[in-house]
Amino acid sequence: VCMTNCPTLIVMVGLPARGKTYISKKLTRYLNWIGVPTKEFNVGQYRRDLVKKYKSFEFFLPDNEEGLKIRKQCALAALNDVRRYLSEENGHVAVFDATNTTRERRETIYKFGEENGYKTFFVESVCVDPEVIAANIVQVKLGSPDYVDCSNDEATEDFMKRIECYKNSYETLDETLDKDLSYIKIMDVGRSYLVNRVMDHIQSRIVYYLMNIHVTPRSIYLCRHGESELNLKGRIGGDPGLSVRGKEFAKSLAQFINEQNIKDLKVWTSQMKRTIQTAEALGVPYEQWKVLNEIDAGVCEEMTYEEIQENYPLEFALRDQDKYRYRYPKGESYEDLVQRLEPVIMELERQENVLVICHQAVMRCLLAYFLDKPA
Amino acid sequence: QRRKTFVLKMPMELTQSRIQKIWLPNDNRPALPRRSCGPQLANSPTVIVMVGLPARGKTYISKKLTRYLNWIGVPTKVFNVGEYRREAVKHYSSYDFFRPDNEEAMKVRRQCALAALRDVKLYLTEEAGQIAVFDATNTTRERRGMILNFAKENGFKVFFIESVCNDPTVVATNVMEVKLSSPDYRDCNSTDAMEDFMKRINCYQASYQPLDPDDYDRELSLIKVIDVGRRFLVNRVQDHIQSRIVYYLMNIHVQPRTIYLCRHGESEFNLKGKIGGDSGLSNRGKKFALALNKFVGEQNLKDLKVWTSQLKRTIQTAEALQLPYEQWKALNEIDAGVCEEMTYEEIREQHPEEFALRDQDKYYYRYPSGESYQDLVQRLEPVIMELERQENVLVICHQAVMRCLLAYFLDKSADEMPYLKCPLHTVLKLTPVAYGCRVESISLNIEAVNTHRERPEEAKKGPNPLMRRNSVTPLASPEPTKKPRINSFEEHVAVSSSLPGCVPQEVPTQLPGQ
Repeated sequence: VCMTNCPTLIVMVGLPARGKTYISKKLTRYLNWIGVPTKEFNVGQYRRDLVKKYKSFEFFLPDNEEGLKIRKQCALAALNDVRRYLSEENGHVAVFDATNTTRERRETIYKFGEENGYKTFFVESVCVDPEVIAANIVQVKLGSPDYVDCSNDEATEDFMKRIECYKNSYETLDETLDKDLSYIKIMDVGRSYLVNRVMDHIQSRIVYYLMNIHVTPRSIYLCRHGESELNLKGRIGGDPGLSVRGKEFAKSLAQFINEQNIKDLKVWTSQMKRTIQTAEALGVPYEQWKVLNEIDAGVCEEMTYEEIQENYPLEFALRDQDKYRYRYPKGESYEDLVQRLEPVIMELERQENVLVICHQAVMRCLLAYFLDKPA
Repeated sequence: QRRKTFVLKMPMELTQSRIQKIWLPNDNRPALPRRSCGPQLANSPTVIVMVGLPARGKTYISKKLTRYLNWIGVPTKVFNVGEYRREAVKHYSSYDFFRPDNEEAMKVRRQCALAALRDVKLYLTEEAGQIAVFDATNTTRERRGMILNFAKENGFKVFFIESVCNDPTVVATNVMEVKLSSPDYRDCNSTDAMEDFMKRINCYQASYQPLDPDDYDRELSLIKVIDVGRRFLVNRVQDHIQSRIVYYLMNIHVQPRTIYLCRHGESEFNLKGKIGGDSGLSNRGKKFALALNKFVGEQNLKDLKVWTSQLKRTIQTAEALQLPYEQWKALNEIDAGVCEEMTYEEIREQHPEEFALRDQDKYYYRYPSGESYQDLVQRLEPVIMELERQENVLVICHQAVMRCLLAYFLDKSADEMPYLKCPLHTVLKLTPVAYGCRVESISLNIEAVNTHRERPEEAKKGPNPLMRRNSVTPLASPEPTKKPRINSFEEHVAVSSSLPGCVPQEVPTQLPGQ
């Protein structure tokens, strides 16, 4: 289904250390995974490329004319690349990651969007909790190239002063002044949201995604079912049970999970016998999801690869040509899998500790989402 | 220091349930709860509390949301306090009833709210309900505080939905669309009714305390819908179902529009009585496609979107329209698994047990290596969500798929869904009206085979009591409970079976030419 006609320009808004880059990267990863070509443009990166060495927060002082000139230049260079990506390189969504804290800057960007036929959607992150901000600084700022020669204390002190530079001129998205813009305002890391004028399907999906992600530490475990009887015979698909070694694996998995000492672990399986048998060994409640079933190989179900090559030589060759898009006759493609797994990803984002016992192709799709691997 | 005792499991023996084809352990230890169809949608029951002045769309939202939740398999029911009031106070005389200084009326109104809450408790604790929608103005903190206490006492989660709208045009339109025809104004002319209703709204304004998520209500889970969906404020979404509710509310709209549902033209397989497969159109099917093109032209619509499945027969049908169309794999016909491309006779011969099982419980029955209607609902949910976002749409699909979609629009239960009549060469035209959906059935007068199988006589007796249900049965939104159980008024005996304007006038159970 075509989800976007005009390209979309997502504009991040917020003081430093409010999670803008975190959101930009995560959102970009999600959109690419569901098949919407997306790219982020981080203005800070442009600045680092232009100004080889970062000295101190003074670069960001509002009266530092030289600094302001360079920063505006960087923003324009980034916008230029946005235009190239969206209008010439078949990009659908561009995420413009910068503070964009003044109405004036946002108007410039909005006009740029209008001139080029893009829909603009703002994502603002507002947070006043000093603990959250301190944690963000520790997690991602201390390790920044800007602070490569500084001690942690020096870096933190400098960064706090950097944030101060923006505060006086910060104009948050306003209910009245910005009433005609499309935006979401995220408050206190997702405790509450303000959503204004969602224009289309992709903006609606973006809002839904942003409202489901969280930053609570947790672990996701992915594994396949234990070895199955058909695995042993080199056959694909089907609904076989576990082999003897597969049952051994299930018991080892149980032991492994036990040793991990995980708080409130959720366990999910597909509705195929082999994953359920594996979960049974754990002795904990589990949920069966039909959408976690292995890719449907259609007419090739339960065949070996040799048999497929013999009986369907053309199909066999075509699959090697474009394994992501290739759909088995009367079956599915990896592309189809992504579409059916999207609710699993959304629920994984909502959850905390989860073990997903699934299948090879399914696990590849899920892994590609988490590790940002392209189709 | 806690150590978990670890018990080695027996050899993981499983059996597949006969109807749903769900793998379960042989001994079915009751200690381990099982869910079969997907994520647990809700654990503690939830009370959804509507908030807002009259004519702000609370009942519209309540009914629509309830319909959606039931369709996706979450048992939900609306409790409309106004209904309780109408049962308690036989005749509505005027807005004076709602004046804040009318002590007698205030007492009655409070008793109605309490009676409704009693029924909420019954529904959620004893009738297997998961979500109760408490539809009343709930405009004061005091009233909301009372509800929060009630929920806390009973272990229910609470989610508030407030509708705020100050656009006088919108309010006036709402009044005309659903209030003038209310039983309250049965004996009034439109002008008098309108005038009285506006005074009624006024009675609430002085004491209205909107939800305040920035301060007073910052710990509550809520969504504030502003100006019919232009803006939303969302606070503290607690769980999956609340997140789905928010997503749904953010996708629905009230723009007038029309949805057309039809099947592909008659196919070659239809002619042979074969199910499934991916055959092309028969000659009559092609005629239908051309007739459909003419029909669409005559409808004179602005911006019609056309959707098809990825099966040849729907795409061939769409091609005749000479309009751009989008192919959705999710709209493909139900997968009949090992029975694909067979006739019903062949299935009865080669898989007699499966054939019988399907007639026993057609909604839950999953073809071996195939799908069930329940699976279809899950796969069609994104289609429904996108249909809600869109305006004029024509969906060219298949029999089982069309039944699922229709069940959503017409609020049909899981039990009825597999038997809804969706004949070939007939277009169903759905228009939103008042609280529901008007449906018109338009036959394009091209002959076609009849693919409909009635519910068999034996199956009409009801579900097999030996059959285990692993998941929740989608229900049609239950009729609202009306008895107020108020001591100071007479017991009301007869209960009318439908609400004004909320049930579609025409239901396709018996279509012409069948």
